[in-house]
Formats: sequence, C-alpha cells, structure tokens
Amino acid sequence: MSELSVNHLLGIKYLTSADIDLIFETADQFKEVINRPIKKVPSLRDITIANLFFENSTRTKLSFELAEKRLSADVINFSASQSSVKKGETLIDTVNNILSMKVDMVVMRHPNPGAGVFLSKHINASIINAGDGAHEHPTQALLDTYSIREALGSVKGKNVVIVGDILHSRVALSNIYALQLQGANVMVCGPKTLLPKYIKDLGVKVETNLRKALNWCDVANMLRVQNERMDISYFPSTREYAQQFGVTKDLLDDLDKEITIMHPGPINRGVEITSDVADSKQSIILNQVENGVAVRMAVIYLLASKIKH
Amino acid sequence: MSQKVLLNSKEVNIILHRLACQLIENHNDFTDTVLIGLQPRGKFLAERLAKMLTDDYKIKNVKLGQLDITFFRDDFRRSNKPLEANTTDIEFIVEDKNVVFIDDVLYTGRSIRAALTAIQSFGRPKHIELLTLIDRRFSRHLPIQPNYRGRQVDAINEERVKVNWKENEGEDSVYLINN
Repeated sequence: MSELSVNHLLGIKYLTSADIDLIFETADQFKEVINRPIKKVPSLRDITIANLFFENSTRTKLSFELAEKRLSADVINFSASQSSVKKGETLIDTVNNILSMKVDMVVMRHPNPGAGVFLSKHINASIINAGDGAHEHPTQALLDTYSIREALGSVKGKNVVIVGDILHSRVALSNIYALQLQGANVMVCGPKTLLPKYIKDLGVKVETNLRKALNWCDVANMLRVQNERMDISYFPSTREYAQQFGVTKDLLDDLDKEITIMHPGPINRGVEITSDVADSKQSIILNQVENGVAVRMAVIYLLASKIKH
Repeated sequence: MSQKVLLNSKEVNIILHRLACQLIENHNDFTDTVLIGLQPRGKFLAERLAKMLTDDYKIKNVKLGQLDITFFRDDFRRSNKPLEANTTDIEFIVEDKNVVFIDDVLYTGRSIRAALTAIQSFGRPKHIELLTLIDRRFSRHLPIQPNYRGRQVDAINEERVKVNWKENEGEDSVYLINN
C-alpha cells in the first residue's frame, strides 16, 4: 500500500497501522530533505493551505507552517483572536468563506472536541486536525511515536508511560491510540483527579506512583498541567504536584535503567520535569520538535496526493 | 503479454564495460566527478558501474550517491498511481563537481528534468552529464539527450522496456514487453 486510507487526518483512531508505517517511511525521506543545504521541495506548488487556529499555539503553528513552506505550498494564516469569529460568525461560514478563496487543505486547531470531524462533513477540502479540545492531536502523537522509533529502533513491545494531566490532554489520547496501534504497552500516571474515570477501558495500565511507573517504562512522556483548562482545583498546590509527579535528575539516576524522556512542550520547568532532566542526554525533546516538521510534511504530502488535479 | 529479449547478460556486461571506459575517457581519475544514481532503478546501474570502475579499472575514490526525485516530479496529483518516495543518499557537496546522472531507461526525459532541479539542493554542479543503459528514441517530451548510452531502442508507447539486474531480479537482462 502506498496511499493513506483516509482523506483527512482527524484523529489517530481513524488510521490503520499501515497508514502510520507509510507516514513514517515518507517522513524518513523528508527528514533527509530538511537536513539538506536547500531544504525545500516543489511538490505542493499548486496547493493552498489555510492554517485556522481558533486556539493559541506557537510550536504546532510554526511547525505546520514550516512544513507547508518546505513543500512549496501557498499558506494563509488565521487566528481567531483577530477575526470575525469574535463578531459571531459560525465555524462553517468562516471556513466556507476561506475555501471560496480556493483553498485545498485546512489545518485546524479548535477548542471544541470533534470540530474537525464536524467540518469534514460540511466542506470539500482535506482537513488536518491540529488539536481539538481535549480530544485528539494526531500529528503530535505521530511525531512522538516517530521519535520513539528513531531513538529506540521500534515502538513495538516498548513500555511507554504518559505522566501528568491525562484528563485535559489531547496529546495523551492520541498517543495512547498511536502507541497501541504500533504495539507498545501503555501506562498512564498522574494524580487520581487528573486521570479520566474510564481510562482503563482504553486498555492502558494505570499507576499513581511515579517511581513505580518509571521503573516499569522504557519511555516517559511528560505532559504539562493544563491550568488554562481547569475550572476547579485538581491538586493542592503546584509545589505538591512537582514533588509527587515531577521527574528530577535524582529520581532518574536512582532507577536501575536509563529511560528516555519526552515532552510535547511547552515545558513548565521545575513542575513536570526539572531543567537538568529537560536538558539531559536522556531527553529527546528537541528531536521531537525537529521530527515534528518532517512528520507534518509527510502527512500533508500524503493527503495532498489524494486531492485530484 | 509478449516479451522480447533486447540484451542478454553477456551483452549487458560488454555494454557496461564500454560505458565505464567512456566515463574514464572523459573524467580521468574522477577527482572532480561524482556519480549519481537516480532512484529507484538507476541505483543498480550506478552501483554496478562504480564497482566496475573501482575493481576492474582501479579508479580510486569513485564517489557515488543516490538521488530520489519523487518530490520534484511534475506529475504529482496527476497520475493515478501514488508516488512513492525512495532514499536519497548524497554524502558530499556537488558544488563545482562534474555530476553524472545514471538511469536505466531514458524515455520521456521528465525524470531527468526533475533530477536537474533536485540536484540543486546539494549545490551548483560545474557540469551535469547523463548516462543511460537504454535510450528510447523518438519518445522524448523534453529536449534532453544522454551523453553516454548503452543501446538505442525504438519502442512504441504501449511497449515497456524492463531492465533486470542480477542483485535484484537474479539475472542481467533487458526485455521489451508488449502489454
């Protein structure tokens, strides 16, 4: 197979493991491209992509924009804070107006779960979900698992723990799907208040003791506490959270093996991980960022190839 | 489907030796020359020629790379077959070098057009040449001709030229296939 089974990337749950293999093989080639003296290929020169960000983002937006430009696509950017959404326009109207300008592909981040799925039923363009509420963030999960594959050789059979605010995290859900699809064993770890009630139904292990979780795993993906999504207090204080669920150098050195540390960013240094852990050689945080561009180029390229001329 | 043998293994071998000698004639000791196999099928010919130059003609430091042109093709979204990317492996800068593109069959010339663009990502070569084992005459879409050719073939559009390599298909041979 050399074509994706889907026309949109709305979530990992719609992908097959063959899709992920194809994305990774294509990303390998793009990783080589972005390390050339001239980092650009002309494939998408007749494709226009709209980046619609209804929620704040730095890294994801930059990464998508860079990926699109390295593929020579025309790019238009939109952020909700400076738009007519504030004047009461609906999502479909906003997007249809943008599509009237002959846009072929939409990259969208939206605070509401399912926004991408909803849009895909109403408009005629390829959609990439760049995060929808606490639901999915598929490209992040792809780049995370791609980075694990790169660091450890494969994802299959590896023990991966996702630590932190699982309740509000789209990264956690997409990662769980992506890791399981590729044959990894997944554990979530965090304060009970930040673990969703039915998380076990996804077939993951649940642990509330960080030391036990780290001793079990090969890779720890540390998530940020999403204060902006919390309307009530889920733990007594940031200091207490850091003591219970923050990874420190001492804790890592105390384990009987060397584990790989990941973080989707932005990092709250001193909360979920300390600075010396983030900057240690066990951390592949910056590799994740580099791989993000290559993986997004692969996703955009593969979806664009399904838009017929 | 009918097929006709255009070249057998002995003929392929003679042609490869001739091509190697022609390369030596123009590039002496290969100091400023790099061989670039075009993925996917030019790779085998390029590897074979590089080995021949090193082993049989004692040329030292033959520089060999593989270039994938998938992302530079002009039929993206236009062909029914999805385009599959292959590995690019060029571990040197081609700035001011004599580059020899190597491919098995030259047909419309569009792959070579893409390769001419793709190679620019690795610097500005001094000079670019083209070597092909089979040159399908009268079928070019672009004004591109090889500098070194193994055999010229007249084939109509429905026909296909298939080059087999020992390392891949088990024998060195060239077939003309009529579907």
